[in-house]
Amino acid sequence: MNLQKAIDRLKVKLGEAVSAPAEFRGETTITIARDKIVPACECLKKECGFDMLTDLAGVDNYGEDPRYEVDYLLYSLAEKCHLRLKVRVSEDDMTVDSVTGVWRGADWHEREAFDMFGVRFRGHPNLKRILMWEGYPFHPLRKDFPLAGIQAELPETAVNADTVRPAPMLGGPFVAANGTRSSIRREPRQYDTLAERQEKLEHPTKKESV
Amino acid sequence: MTTQHEMELIDSATRAQQAMEEELAGEKMIINMGPQHPSTHGVLRVVLELDGEEIVNAWPDIGYLHRGDEKIAENMTYTQFIPYTDRLDYLAPLANNVTYAYAVEKLMGIDVPPRCKYLRVICAELARISSHLLGLGSFGMDVGAMTIFLYTFREREKIYDMAECISGARFTTSYTRIGGLAHDMPPEFVPMLRSFLKEFPATVDEVDKLLTRNRIFCERARGIGVLTKEDAIDLGVTGPCLRGSGVDWDIRKSHPYSSYEDFDFEVPIGTVGDSYDRYLVRMEEMRQSVRILQQAIDNLPDGPVNSPDAKILLPDKEAVLTKMEELIHHFINVTEGVNAPPGEIYFSAENPKGELGFFIVSKGGGAPHRLKIRAPSFVNLQALPIMAKGHMMSDMVTILASLDFVMGECDR
Repeated sequence: MNLQKAIDRLKVKLGEAVSAPAEFRGETTITIARDKIVPACECLKKECGFDMLTDLAGVDNYGEDPRYEVDYLLYSLAEKCHLRLKVRVSEDDMTVDSVTGVWRGADWHEREAFDMFGVRFRGHPNLKRILMWEGYPFHPLRKDFPLAGIQAELPETAVNADTVRPAPMLGGPFVAANGTRSSIRREPRQYDTLAERQEKLEHPTKKESV
Repeated sequence: MTTQHEMELIDSATRAQQAMEEELAGEKMIINMGPQHPSTHGVLRVVLELDGEEIVNAWPDIGYLHRGDEKIAENMTYTQFIPYTDRLDYLAPLANNVTYAYAVEKLMGIDVPPRCKYLRVICAELARISSHLLGLGSFGMDVGAMTIFLYTFREREKIYDMAECISGARFTTSYTRIGGLAHDMPPEFVPMLRSFLKEFPATVDEVDKLLTRNRIFCERARGIGVLTKEDAIDLGVTGPCLRGSGVDWDIRKSHPYSSYEDFDFEVPIGTVGDSYDRYLVRMEEMRQSVRILQQAIDNLPDGPVNSPDAKILLPDKEAVLTKMEELIHHFINVTEGVNAPPGEIYFSAENPKGELGFFIVSKGGGAPHRLKIRAPSFVNLQALPIMAKGHMMSDMVTILASLDFVMGECDR
């Protein structure tokens, strides 16, 4: 089934929820209503032969309304053609139905979109952060997130400042307790400067002042 | 007075049965593999649930090499991002450069001269051989065949020398530009490539002799990590892993880019989809790459390597220093970048690891609004739990090696 037929079938099935196709550089994009993405994907996979989900990407159109969008790139191995589906997501309700039930390969892609933009995929089996760590408070690919990053606490690990003993030279077990002399004064060569040496020679009985 | 006690006598067979059941109902072990395990080829962490030595479940944990390449891309011009593509699949930087250049050129709607296309084919195929050599070498080493690693690295060294000759850098090549190449190849590159093409098939045969019928290697690779055709397609797996599962799909054939339609080569596919099939596919792909390289160097067209549009490529340095208009183009190009039209494109190419795609959303101007990298390793790694289930702990090493992923690309 070729691309035009597939779009026609989708229109018959979902009606108003499917926009007119947009063409750019030989690629076709159709916008789907947010609540109809799963039936659209099911129809395209089962009836139109789009058996592969090549890519899924979130986009932040900061300043526009709806602010976010999710792009699904479908591929048909038999027809050798791509089709892009676009779903717009507003800031107030950032949920989209998950397509993991249609293609298992959507799993990590949706986790990445959640991690980077904060879009929640309803029905995803394991919607956790994937590239950033668990408990990280921001969504870095949003346009209002700075390139330099925002300082955030690192996750608790088995090895941290509380569990690690200081190394020997940094006050660990093999260093003598700090005396009254400064560390510079403790250096052996400190006892043998020219002035010290002369003083020792002139007053051999004088005790070293501590 | 005697008391009677009732006792139940259990025969030994029942007792053994009970003991077995108790043991089997015991707790499964969770063990952590990586992110510093040598066979994970980078910083992949896999959490394994083991029942004895058998893998019940595997959860890959990625993100240890996340550098935010996509965020960085939004904050610089298209040309400035080229060096970052070197660091995606760092075993085949030349191929990444080529794919990225074609993606931006598709957005710009420009074409490059035939000589540039052929040189890009040479780059992509050299990168493929280099990546597969490393994949095979470390595969051999992970299952105990140390020699292969030394043989394949000897050949990779020659490819690095050629990369240095053509681009000026052995590793971080950044050889392509939007609309062309950094410069034409130097004349001494041709004899280098020709002598490599003469010597290299002998090494492939040598590795072939050492591994393909090696009893130990076969026992460790055959039937391990089977990925069925249906699973592979459902998960979106691409590249040698998809072809190993028996799907005849190669972007070089199905959507020829960079004049791949001019070349005569075969696409090897596997039958079973196990680690051994993926190994065989990579072996044959190297031989086919040699064929492509031979045709490319024999039929290399003459002419310019760069697109003539001065608004896209940096003009000649001499012209910049002597002519007004070129100076303006140079200035605009460096400060603002190429002026891309608004729109969305997706371009993908057959990279050594699979389909590397760039999804670019442009709102006009010199920097992308969003640049999504569809990394083959990221997608292929999703198949790991399916492939690992039911195998022994030690087979994990084989499966990881046969998947041949690279974390720089997976984590971006």
